[in-house]
Formats: sequence, C-alpha cells, structure tokens
Amino acid sequence: MNSVEYYKEHYQELQSRGEKNGLTSIRENAFNTFTKLGIPNAKHEEWKYTRIGGLFNKEYKFSINANISLSTDDIKAFRLPGHEQANELFFINGLFSSTLSKIISKELVALPLEEAAINEYKEIVATHLGHSSNYLKDGINALNTAFVNGGLFVHLSKGKITEHPVYIYNITDARSENIFSQPRSLIHVGENAQVQLIETYATLGDSESFTNQVMEIAVEENALVEYYKIQNDATHANQVSTTHIRQVGKSYVHTVTVSLDGGIVRNNLNIILDAERCEAHLYGLYFQKGKSHIDNHTVVDNVKPNCFSNELYKGVMNDEASGVFNGKIFVQQLAQKTNAYQSNKNVLLSDNASVNTKPQLEIFADDVKCSHGCTVGQLDEDALFYLQSRGISEKTAHSLLVRAFATDILEHVKPAPIKAYIEKLIAERL
Amino acid sequence: MLNIHNLQAGIEGRKILKGINLEIKAGEVHAIMGPNGSGKSTLASVLAGKQIYEVTDGSVDFLGKNLLELSPEARAAEGLFLAFQYPIEIPGLSTTNFVKTAINEVRKYRGQEPLDAVSFLKMMKQKMALMNIDQSLLSRPLNEGFSGGEKKRNEIFQMAMLEPKLAILDETDSGLDIDAIRIVSNGVNKLRNKDNAVLVVTHYQRLLDYIVPDFVHVLYNGRIVKSGTKELALELEERGYDFIKHEVSVEEEV
Repeated sequence: MNSVEYYKEHYQELQSRGEKNGLTSIRENAFNTFTKLGIPNAKHEEWKYTRIGGLFNKEYKFSINANISLSTDDIKAFRLPGHEQANELFFINGLFSSTLSKIISKELVALPLEEAAINEYKEIVATHLGHSSNYLKDGINALNTAFVNGGLFVHLSKGKITEHPVYIYNITDARSENIFSQPRSLIHVGENAQVQLIETYATLGDSESFTNQVMEIAVEENALVEYYKIQNDATHANQVSTTHIRQVGKSYVHTVTVSLDGGIVRNNLNIILDAERCEAHLYGLYFQKGKSHIDNHTVVDNVKPNCFSNELYKGVMNDEASGVFNGKIFVQQLAQKTNAYQSNKNVLLSDNASVNTKPQLEIFADDVKCSHGCTVGQLDEDALFYLQSRGISEKTAHSLLVRAFATDILEHVKPAPIKAYIEKLIAERL
Repeated sequence: MLNIHNLQAGIEGRKILKGINLEIKAGEVHAIMGPNGSGKSTLASVLAGKQIYEVTDGSVDFLGKNLLELSPEARAAEGLFLAFQYPIEIPGLSTTNFVKTAINEVRKYRGQEPLDAVSFLKMMKQKMALMNIDQSLLSRPLNEGFSGGEKKRNEIFQMAMLEPKLAILDETDSGLDIDAIRIVSNGVNKLRNKDNAVLVVTHYQRLLDYIVPDFVHVLYNGRIVKSGTKELALELEERGYDFIKHEVSVEEEV
C-alpha cells in the first residue's frame, strides 16, 4: 500500500463522480502534494522517532464507499459512560454514519460534509476546510485531504450552548480484513457558542488497522470549546490523528488528550491563535505499556497579539513502550504580549521504556512571556520510602505515586462521567 | 521491645554506625543526642528500613522479630513509626487518602478488615483535635506547600492515626518555633502509655523539656559513647558536645 498507484484508482473514482461541491479541487491539490511527498519517513524531521513507513507495506482494505453494515448492537460495547445524555456521532471505517448517530440537542447541526459543502454552510466549509494543510506539510495529511469523502460537518450557530456533550466515535471494523480508514471532520463553533467534544477510537475484530484522521475545528468570537480525546484502542490499531483548532475570534479552547493504549499512535494537535485575546489550554496524559508507541506533536501558533496558552503533557511509560513529545510554540512578529507556557514531564517505570522529548520555541516578537521545559525521570525513591514507612506496600506505593503524578492532568477533565471512566482505566493499569 | 546489638551500617562503603547497642522497653522514652554527622539520622533511617543504607553487622530485635529482615512496610505494620526530619511533599496525593491507604494496608497485614468510612472519619476527627489540625490541611496534597510546623504536626498526626508501638522522632524539633514544638510535644505526650515507647533523636535539649526522656544517650562517631538520665541532656546543653569529644579522644588514647 506504499505506492501512489494504489491510491490513484480510488482517487480517480472519487473525482469522476462529478460533484459540484468544491471538494474536487481541494482533493486534487492534496493528491498532487501526496504524489510529490509520499508517506513520511524517518528522514523527515517531524517523523524522526515515529516510523509509519512499515505500516504502509501491509495490505489493507480501503473503501471510499460506505458498505459496512454495523448494527447498534455491534457498537454498544464502545459507547462511553454518559452516552444517554450525549449526542453521539459515529464513523465506521472512516466514513460518517448518519444512521448510527444520535442527536439529542436541537441546536446541534451534524451533517455529511458533502451536504454542508453545497447548502447554507458552504461558505463555512470553503473558509475552514483544509486549513490544517498550511501547517502539516507532509504526505500523510495530504493523503487524508486527497480523500475528503464521507466526512462530518458539525455546526453550532451564534449563541447556541449545547447542554449535552458531543461524543464522536471512530470505529474500525477489522473483523475480516486489515482496514485503512481516513475520517475527516470539520467543526464550526459560532460566536458565543459553547460545546464539549469527546472523541474516542475503537476496533472490532483482530485484523490490523491504520487510521489517518483529520479533524478541523474553527472557533469564532467568544466561543468556548472543550475537546477531549481518549485513546484506548487495540494494540493492532495504529493511527495518525490530527486535530487542528483555529481560534478565529476571541475565544477559549480547553483540550485534554489521554492516550492509554494502541499500536503506533501519532497525535498532531495544532492550535492557531488567529485573533487577539484567545486563550488555549492543552493537557495531555499518556500512560503506555507493552510495546505501544505514542507520539504527541503539538503546535501553538500565536498569530495575533495578547493571546495566552498553557500546555502540560505528562507521560508514564512502562514495559517497552516508547514515547515522543514535540511541542512547538510559534510567536509571530505581530503577536506582541503573548503569554505561552509549555511543560512536558515523564516518568519511566521500566528500564526498557523510553521517551524523546523536544520542546521548541520560535519567537519573532519582542514583548512576550514564554517558557518551556521537560523532565524525564523515575519515581522518587524518597517518596516511595516515605509511603512504605507508613505501612503501604511497595506495589501500592507505586500506584499511589503514579496516580498522584497524573492528577494535575485528570483534574482538567471536566465532564464527570468521562473523568470517572478515565480514572477507572488508569486504576486498572496500576 | 527494641533490642539493638552491635549494629553497624553505612552507605556506599562508608561506615556510619560502628556498633550501636541500645535497649528500649515498653513505657520508656529514650533520647539520642549528638553532634552533626554522628549518625543519629542514619540510625533512625536504618531502623525504618531505608534501602540506601547497608547493614554490615549486628542485629535488631523488635517485639521478638528480626527487624532487619522486614520490609519498611512490614516494620510499620509491626508497630514501628518514623517521624521524618524532612517529610516528603507528594503533589497529587491528599493527606487523607494517604493516611487511609496506610491504615488499611497495615490492617491487611494484620489480617484485619479495612476500616469503614464512618469509623475512619471518627478516628480522624479525634486525632485532628489532638494535633490542632484543620480539615483543610488534610484535603491538601501531602505536605505540599505546608509550613515547617504543619509538616511536623502532620507527621505526629500520622503517628496518632497509626498508633505505633515504637515511635522514632527524627529531629522533629528542627525548623520549629517554640509554639509549634509545644503542640507537637503535646501530641506525642498524649499518645504515650505503658505499652509503647518513644525514641527521640535530637541535636538540642529544648525538645526534651517537653518530651521528658527516661534515658539520654550520646551518639558520637557512630557509637553511643555515654548514657544517662535527663540530666545528661542538661549537661550537654550547658557544656556543648566538645567535652564528649574530648572524653572520647582521651579514652581512645588509653
């Protein structure tokens, strides 16, 4: 699956549909980029520690047409706690399924992207779709964009506040064969609107999968977005998962990325502070075991003045797990009075676990406050002894310290059922 | 209760304790005094089971068990308690959760059922009153941002909760003002009874005004070089440690 030829056939089929929705030219540009760049390899600076080339040597089934019929029963096990009171949107093998999805908030618009591209939302789609390509200039992002198809469009218009969170499920049906899928979504949060988005991934069956996902979120004036990503998929499920958030008005964004399981997982989280007085909070917790690999690449781009961002990612690595943290903060020349903070802290629980961490600041303005830092270490021996000296067994003391280490991330998970769910997953691991 | 015989221990090949002999009986308060670097804190840490120290010779019997063979948590469960000179700060772990876990792990070791929530709260309230500790302190992360006095009060609060047979107070007075010393000592005194014992490790005599020892031992250069009653502490206060150093050097010459 590593040759351009493999994709060309699907691509041509998609393009020959003669849609008049503006997506054709977006796909064409992206396909040309993909043809030029191909799948990123270790020579690519941003892919030095995460090698996905090998995954593309395998055969997968890749379909541009929804032809999988999963029943509500099939997906029951994957539904997150609190789903009774949530809007639920499902992707099956990368294609949005209206039939499985459930919308309980009347103010929430959730449509197939193709539909939005030709109806009253077409301006929004035209303005925001594909913005991530300006930041992720590699073949893998282009590959998703070349196949914009079967995507999801979510919209909240001015002043709408969803009382019920939006759960987004990316389900892979790998029961009979290896699956390659490319979910795509565009979420537009209008002026003064508020929404909680919770995204997760799950796999049915034992075959291998590779998911190349792109989600773009545009946040307008005074809007508030909380975005939670929970990754606890099968070890044979690999993914590149991109969330590109563009704050186009004075707005507030709060993200928490929790990565507990999976095969090779690469997250790109971009936050573009594209208006004055934006505020963004980025939290991440990765707790890996076995041979799993987690890579968090984050970008905070301060384009306009007076923005604030705070980023804290924490990692606990066990067994032979490997991790990457790469955090970039850009402060553009115009972006005076920027406040941007970043920190990455890691604990290695085993001699064979590893983390490569690289915080980066690129500042072109002269009146800013920025800081960054990273640590990699073991659990504190003195703290362990302190706990043991009170009668707490070594094993329990370990668990308490790991749990304590994760606390200042978990406390930022605001929806109570989701927080409880993550705490349970972590407790099972300790 | 505690019988230390010829205890020798060190760190990274450097000998610190060079043959300690000490017997503590139930109901007694012992004080170990000595100049800086004499091995006082090492003795406390070795008794509590800190891995970094290597015991090279000697034995320690605690309530009929070979203490040196037990893990730190087993020592605690058998009834040994060390109040740390520098209590560790653990962000993300509340004091309440920590103490509750400790009590239940100790109970598990002893084959008892975990304490139910009501009994635990009742016990906690009682001991909080004893140590003048506020609920808000206990909901905060363990020792994080606590003042020196709060940390030491928290140590004695933990001691009150765990009800040890032998409490070792390692320089509990260090960094405390006189009011804090009084509160901490009060707590210790209220916990004393005929079945438990206290070993106070201190540099200064002042703590012993409040926790009055039955016996005072002077540790110097890894050995107990002089033992006596509480008057010995007063003499040390008056004359300093130099006279001990002098006596020892004279003896060694002989």
